[in-house]
Amino acid sequence: MSLQFILFILFGLISAASSVLMITRKDVVVSALFLVLNFAGLAGIYITLNAQFIAVVQVIVYAGAIMVLFLFVIMLLRPENEKKFLEANPSIKIFAVIIGAVIFFQLVYLIFFSSAHNPVNASVEASIKAGTIEEIGKQLYTNYILPFEAAGFLLLAATIGALVLAKKKF
Amino acid sequence: MELSIEYYLILSAFMFIIGVIGVLIRRNAIVVFMSIELMLNSANLTMVAFSSYLGNSIGQLFVFFVMTVAAAEAAIGLAIIIAMFRNKKTLNIDEINILKW
Repeated sequence: MSLQFILFILFGLISAASSVLMITRKDVVVSALFLVLNFAGLAGIYITLNAQFIAVVQVIVYAGAIMVLFLFVIMLLRPENEKKFLEANPSIKIFAVIIGAVIFFQLVYLIFFSSAHNPVNASVEASIKAGTIEEIGKQLYTNYILPFEAAGFLLLAATIGALVLAKKKF
Repeated sequence: MELSIEYYLILSAFMFIIGVIGVLIRRNAIVVFMSIELMLNSANLTMVAFSSYLGNSIGQLFVFFVMTVAAAEAAIGLAIIIAMFRNKKTLNIDEINILKW
């Protein structure tokens, strides 16, 4: 029982349970708050993977900025509550759950049978070095400068698009 | 690292499937949108897991780009939802079928 295993079980259970609770609650605000909990659990999992920079960005960007935007829109629109999980139109929901279970077991089969022959496992030092902000920043500003600029342009386009879409008349 | 990568991949697959089921069963446009965010996050988890286990930082760089796209997508999508709500006074995606022939 290593520390990585204990932390993985803890944060993995938090993420998995909160994702299931998110899609089964009928109140939208409760769903959004469970999604925030899911993002926080994922940040913990990134810490167990030695990805410190991504963990911090996950908390700031996802759990902070994006989910606040969601909650703000929910506050503005105040949508009515849905019916409970399997009440309205149960056949399509049962079908969806069956399809999901089939794909999940396919993926599990694939994961176990594809990794048996060539296991991926780097040393802990290489893994820690890959997650530092120095390494990511060095790649971002040298080899990947063009995608970085494109991402900035994408954010500008998204800002203008959101303003145009949310205008009174268009 | 002593924990093998399959644990992370299975958690990621589980979260992705939960996101797919959420898109299929929920009728509220905002919850459908949040399920899409959940699927994006599970893809991020896969990329960070492989990046960490291979000792290569490019995967985490791409997670950074995915987060940028997710932020842009959230802004645009919520603007579309607000515009839709203003026209139809509902968020139920069964009633928003103006593109259905």
